[in-house]
Amino acid sequence: MPSSFEVTIRPHRGWQPIDLREIWLYRELLAFLVWRDIKIRYRQTLLGALWAVLQPLIAMLIFTFIFNRLAGVKSDGPPYPLFALAGLAPWTFFSTAVSQSSNSLVSNQQLVSKIYFPRVFIPLGSVGALLLDLGLTLILLALLMVHYRWPVSLTLFWLPIFIAAAVLATSGVGLTLSAFNVSFRDVKYAVPFLIQMGIFVTPVIYPIRDIPGSWRILMGLNPMTGVVLGFRYAILGTPSPWPVMGLSLAVSVILFISGLLIFRRMERRFADII
Amino acid sequence: MPSIIEVSHLSKEYERGRSVHQETLREFLVRNLNPLAWMRTLGRNTKESRKFWALNDVSFQVGQGDVVGILGRNGAGKSTLLKVISKVTDPTSGSITLRGRLGSLLEVGTGFHPELTGRENVYLNGAILGMSKSEIDACFDAIIDFSEIGKFLDIPVKRYSSGMYLRLAFAVAAHLNTEILIADEVLAVGDIAFQRKCLRKMSEVARQGRTVLFVSHNMAAVADLCSRGIVLDAGKLIFDGSAKQAIQLYTGMMFHTNGAPSHIIDLRSALDRRSPQGKLLQAIELYTGNDEPLVNEVKLGSCVKVRVHFNLPVATSSYNVGLGFNNASGQRAFTAHTSFEPNRDQAAVSGPQVLVCEIPSLTLVPGDYVLRVWLDVGKTEADLIDSATRITVLESDFYGSGKLPSDGMFVLDHNWALGS
Repeated sequence: MPSSFEVTIRPHRGWQPIDLREIWLYRELLAFLVWRDIKIRYRQTLLGALWAVLQPLIAMLIFTFIFNRLAGVKSDGPPYPLFALAGLAPWTFFSTAVSQSSNSLVSNQQLVSKIYFPRVFIPLGSVGALLLDLGLTLILLALLMVHYRWPVSLTLFWLPIFIAAAVLATSGVGLTLSAFNVSFRDVKYAVPFLIQMGIFVTPVIYPIRDIPGSWRILMGLNPMTGVVLGFRYAILGTPSPWPVMGLSLAVSVILFISGLLIFRRMERRFADII
Repeated sequence: MPSIIEVSHLSKEYERGRSVHQETLREFLVRNLNPLAWMRTLGRNTKESRKFWALNDVSFQVGQGDVVGILGRNGAGKSTLLKVISKVTDPTSGSITLRGRLGSLLEVGTGFHPELTGRENVYLNGAILGMSKSEIDACFDAIIDFSEIGKFLDIPVKRYSSGMYLRLAFAVAAHLNTEILIADEVLAVGDIAFQRKCLRKMSEVARQGRTVLFVSHNMAAVADLCSRGIVLDAGKLIFDGSAKQAIQLYTGMMFHTNGAPSHIIDLRSALDRRSPQGKLLQAIELYTGNDEPLVNEVKLGSCVKVRVHFNLPVATSSYNVGLGFNNASGQRAFTAHTSFEPNRDQAAVSGPQVLVCEIPSLTLVPGDYVLRVWLDVGKTEADLIDSATRITVLESDFYGSGKLPSDGMFVLDHNWALGS
């Protein structure tokens, strides 16, 4: 580090842009925080990282039994277990990451009030750490595809785009909620409820074609609609409506940018009120 | 040459109570949207009265290699100043320019995770303090050596003793390689031997030409490390000069606001207190040898009696009281302790107690002394007050020769004879 390094600290008012130079300087810390979250998540558990796949796996079994067998919900092509797990993989990532990142600032109070580093790393680190769980769930899905002899199509090349969309949407929501949680602990009570309701307005259990045509585009306002449809499109090759997915992708990007801006705006009071 | 730290007209305003009381969303909405509540605040200026300045128009500059002690009573604004400099919180107005990378030790062990091993925490904590992985790799062995952790390196730190934990935490922080270092009370870690080691490390850092801002209530450490001192009071900078003068001003300040001086010192509302087992120390009374009240001043060589009032919530025979006399530069000149008395037999007692310590001849050289009082229950510290009161020792003709001794730390009886 050259000694010509110079910073001026002044009061900030209004909306602030993201300090990319600072994020670059501290880039290794983000990796360390992700690594920390991964290391401690399953410490002193019997099943360890198995928990990462157990959750979506059990949810898939229950969904298949209740919604497919009992209620008669049909998938739009692939066997229902594949259909359900392909939707549950990003949904579990979203719900776990949102609940953990929205609580991350409050549970790292000491870091926030004692020391400075780009604080966006705290909620982003929680999100990043859960990408490993998502990866493990996708491996489980691959094994299940082999079991059902379901072919992989070329659309798999789209998967990174939809993973990125999932990360953007999750981070956007996580950043916003974590910032609000510092001032308003109401967030802690609202998040589990929102997540519970969220699965019903996202086509995880049912295919999008069960939604009447004019309502489908409205579903696109939920960023996870596009992500779930996109995962099925990329992995299972099921036909998916691009207008809905495109709208969801745009909403994901907007959520991420607005999340960063809201976080930056509220950040300067964190240490005083946390 | 430009200064390394430039603080100009820095102010920070807090709203009293806001940080203690956590507002819920409902209260926020009521406060901002309810027209009745809003109109009521128009009438009374309630918001204004709840605000206070933690820092008020503070300006100073620090040059390359300066080691500056920041002194002030609790709530004077020291910690707020360090928090603003380290970007933890935004100033309300004014600015700070830093010409160099800043490392902050606002509390050792920040970011340590109990589930991670010592080795893992070194990397995590280093990264949080702003070190890169290659920098940590480079000084990893030095950190482990310094911490004396040895074979416990690969077990989770939740299994460490508190001493080991603090040693490792300080070791990481001490190896920060930034041009500017700010430190708050970091020296209060570990046992005496390790505290000395920490102090040595700090003075080594100071000698390397790095710029250090140092907040501590340990006057000896400040006197030892710092060349310059800044005194804050109620958010204002009231002194900027030599460390020695700053310490004198600060120790003087400690006792001039407690009303009229008296020989009875109420300890129940004492500042600078560590009370792991509650506020057990109640008061001290000072008397001369003839049991006359002694108010702040005593002649060199005369008798002093200190009556210590304290409470024992649970019946015990294992309690000890200590008195420490610290001189103006913070060094301990003399310690009186119940355990020093041979064959002392104590019955198990509980409730309010009084112990009287008689010092037949206080032979400290003239000057100001700060009296530290503490109570141990069992083998651990129960209650400690850093600066219970100040005692000024006045000059006297101790040797009966008409010469008034003032050099050194003590006067001791001695004889001279011609040798053969």
